Amino acid sequence: MARNKTVEASGTVPSGDVVLKTENLGISFGGLKAVQNLDLTIKKGQLYGLVGPNGAGKTTVFNMLTGVYKPTTGRFYLCGENLTGKGQETINHKGIARTFQNIRLFNNMTVIRNVMVGLHNQPEFKCGVFTSMFRLPRHFKVEKAMRERAKEILRIVGLEEERNLLSCNLPYGKQRKLEIARALATNPKLLCLDEPAAGMNPNETADLMRIVRRIRDEYDVTILLIEHDMKFVSGLCDEITVLNFGTVLAQGSPDVALNDPEVIKAYIGG
Amino acid sequence: MEYLKIVIDGLSIGSTYAMIALGYTMVYGIAKMLNFAHGDVIMAGGYAMYVTLFLHAPWYVALAAAVIFCTVLGITVEKVAYKPLRGASPLAVLITAIGVSSLLQSLAQIIFGSAPKMVGIADLGNVTIAGENIPISTFVTLGCSTVIMLVLTLFVKFTRTGRAMIAVSEDRDAAQLMGVDSNKIITITFAIGSALAAFAAFFMLMKSPSLTNAFGAMPGIKAFTAAVIGGIGSIPGAMLGGILMGVVEAVALKFPLIAPYTDAIEFLILIVILLVRPTGLIGKKRREKV
Amino acid sequence: MSKLKSIKWKHYVNYILVGIAAVVFTALSFAGELNSSTLVLLEKVTIAVMLAVSLSLVVGFLGELSLGHAGFMCVGAYLGGKAAVLLQPSLGEWPALVISLLVGGAVAAVFGVIIGLPALRLRGDYLAIVTLAFGEIVRTVFMNADEDLFGGTLGLSTPRFDKHYLFIIAFVLVLLCLWVSQNIIRSKHGRAITAIRDNEIAAKATGINVTKYKLVVFTVSSFFAGIAGVLYSYSNTTVQSDVFDYNYSIAILVMVVLGGMGNLTGSIIAATVIISAQVFLQTGLTGDLAVLQNVVYALITIVVVIYNNAPSLKGFRDKYNLGNLVKKFRKPDPASVHDDEAKWDRVPTKIDMDEVLSTDIQPSSPFTPDKPDKGAN
Repeated sequence: MARNKTVEASGTVPSGDVVLKTENLGISFGGLKAVQNLDLTIKKGQLYGLVGPNGAGKTTVFNMLTGVYKPTTGRFYLCGENLTGKGQETINHKGIARTFQNIRLFNNMTVIRNVMVGLHNQPEFKCGVFTSMFRLPRHFKVEKAMRERAKEILRIVGLEEERNLLSCNLPYGKQRKLEIARALATNPKLLCLDEPAAGMNPNETADLMRIVRRIRDEYDVTILLIEHDMKFVSGLCDEITVLNFGTVLAQGSPDVALNDPEVIKAYIGG
Repeated sequence: MEYLKIVIDGLSIGSTYAMIALGYTMVYGIAKMLNFAHGDVIMAGGYAMYVTLFLHAPWYVALAAAVIFCTVLGITVEKVAYKPLRGASPLAVLITAIGVSSLLQSLAQIIFGSAPKMVGIADLGNVTIAGENIPISTFVTLGCSTVIMLVLTLFVKFTRTGRAMIAVSEDRDAAQLMGVDSNKIITITFAIGSALAAFAAFFMLMKSPSLTNAFGAMPGIKAFTAAVIGGIGSIPGAMLGGILMGVVEAVALKFPLIAPYTDAIEFLILIVILLVRPTGLIGKKRREKV
Repeated sequence: MSKLKSIKWKHYVNYILVGIAAVVFTALSFAGELNSSTLVLLEKVTIAVMLAVSLSLVVGFLGELSLGHAGFMCVGAYLGGKAAVLLQPSLGEWPALVISLLVGGAVAAVFGVIIGLPALRLRGDYLAIVTLAFGEIVRTVFMNADEDLFGGTLGLSTPRFDKHYLFIIAFVLVLLCLWVSQNIIRSKHGRAITAIRDNEIAAKATGINVTKYKLVVFTVSSFFAGIAGVLYSYSNTTVQSDVFDYNYSIAILVMVVLGGMGNLTGSIIAATVIISAQVFLQTGLTGDLAVLQNVVYALITIVVVIYNNAPSLKGFRDKYNLGNLVKKFRKPDPASVHDDEAKWDRVPTKIDMDEVLSTDIQPSSPFTPDKPDKGAN
């Protein structure tokens, strides 16, 4: 696995096994530059971490990558396709899925239905409004198949037993896992996890690490995650980028990047 | 000088709308709710004046009675119907407000009947300017409402309570943590809004004295429209929106061909402005945290 | 197995309810047991049920507040009624009915799309006021339109359909409306719609086409409101624009609210009870006292909403799980929960005006500092 600092010359057309490439990505709100000059290259199958102190702009990066904010500078490519400035729904269809830092589940739905919403746009579950309205055979076939697939995905995150509970009745840690399952159901190429381990106890965190690895291996997705738990990050990620005040402090393998004097200074404030 | 009359008419109608719109916008800014029953507080003020005038009281006593009655009514409604729902889904609060509106209208009809009541507030006569007869009441409305709005703006800007209101409208929880009693501030806001509604009732009755239980409903909705056009939550926005609505109404009413469509035109302006500028003319944009 | 049974029951309860009523009243009608005032009552109730069910799609399932439902009905009543006037002499009663139903529904549906478009950008109170404005615009336009065309302030005279058949047709149309609504709701599309209601941001991030589904809901809802309008024109023989003011929209909304958010059975029952009470009380109470019932509805609405939503009553609600006043009784069984219903306190601040802009956040908007991220460090 590539663990050295990969700084490619900007302007090269990303290709081959690069899943996400950002070039000079940046956004400013009024006069404040929340993120600037962000160059990321994430290869297929990588577990990539985005770390940094509070307010460093990590979630803003996610918001740009998923179309919530439109970047003011730069571009980003998913598997070579320029997705800069596209809408949230389009970006999801193209293959970037995310979870939220403050959990956003469909609270009035059961666990399994949350996942089934994620499966909504999968081509194999295509079924028009009129097909459903007139209850044509395809509708029943699709519903059954979706339910089966949703169960499979829930099995991965260990929520199969709870599938008929209302999602708002799940404990916090399981809600986070459900969000991951829902994002995974959209069959993404790149899965963005915003603080997946926040609020979890050490056992749950360890469990989550296993789940994330398993997802990467079995579902052939690349994972980009934001996390404050450094044990989690260094135990899981192949490569990380440290942000502070919207700029890149260090990039590289967790051991190297986290021991960078600049990074230590930013965290401890020396 | 027909245009002069139209403009003065428009400003006078508009300043009445502005005063009602202030009630909507302040409550919206501070309690984050659309007080659908605000129009019916105007109606209640009208009936309060009707009753006092019926008892042969002079007009200023009637006005005072209306202000007091509306204030008490506004506070009561807030305490009984809205306060229990603080923190609940805004949809629930809005539906409750609709219920209160319906309740007030029905009660008024039961008490006073559905036949219009004539409320004759002092007839001040006309004045002739540039060959046009303009009722003096128009100028009174314009002058008084300008003064009231000026006082209100100064109150919000320069008094302790006014600044607390701004704080609560920015962030209720943070204001609470800083020692502002947000419940008290919300009550004060309702009181001010309702008092303004009483003044609006006075000016509206001066213009046309016929009073029914639906007296405040349409002006209320138009004033809310004005508040939204101006940018809800913003005090200058409410004034601007109100004046705009008033002028549009005065102009539209002058042309026989489009006069019947006055309401439709005003609502169309609302829809167009909201589609172009979803926060109104001088509304503040807010970012949502994702 | 019993779990499966309870789910099935829930799926069909509305059809059974309406179907039994339809069969019983049709039989009574043919046996000559129903007088004409009962027949008129049945027409009124079925129209109200259709309006409540169609509004429930928007309010209960999509989670948007519409105060312009009477506007769609107004469009259907005027255009369907006009079609009936024009077609009845040449085509006869039944073909004219079918065509005018289609015309009224289709034109109302087009207006539904038109009003659905702002719904994509606006939310909550803003959308409520825009739909209200729409209803008032429609009403004003019809009132002032050419007198030969739509009858002006006096209203449009429309043909009366045979009393003994109209209510049966209305029942059939209610069943159709229920069938379409429930089939949409209980499909992947319904899931997408309730997902938008529950959390629009998450729905977008999950790839749900919010635009499409909002338009679908507004179209279907206004289509059936238009159909209800056509039935109204056949039942009432005059269509006057004054009837369709925003108070009418609010009356429909009250039915939906009292029925429980996203609870079609509740909406049906509430519509039936309110309209029947109205008609029965009309004969008992005269003049201004007839308004007394409005006082009662208003009070019930306020009490029910506060009871169901007040945060301070949450403990009380959990402790004494009475069910809602008009909702049918059922045990809270977490295993058989369905998405059809929503508790308001579980729906996030969808109606919050602050969220109005989430659809078009501009990077150039003035910066407001984010609250600090939670977590370590």
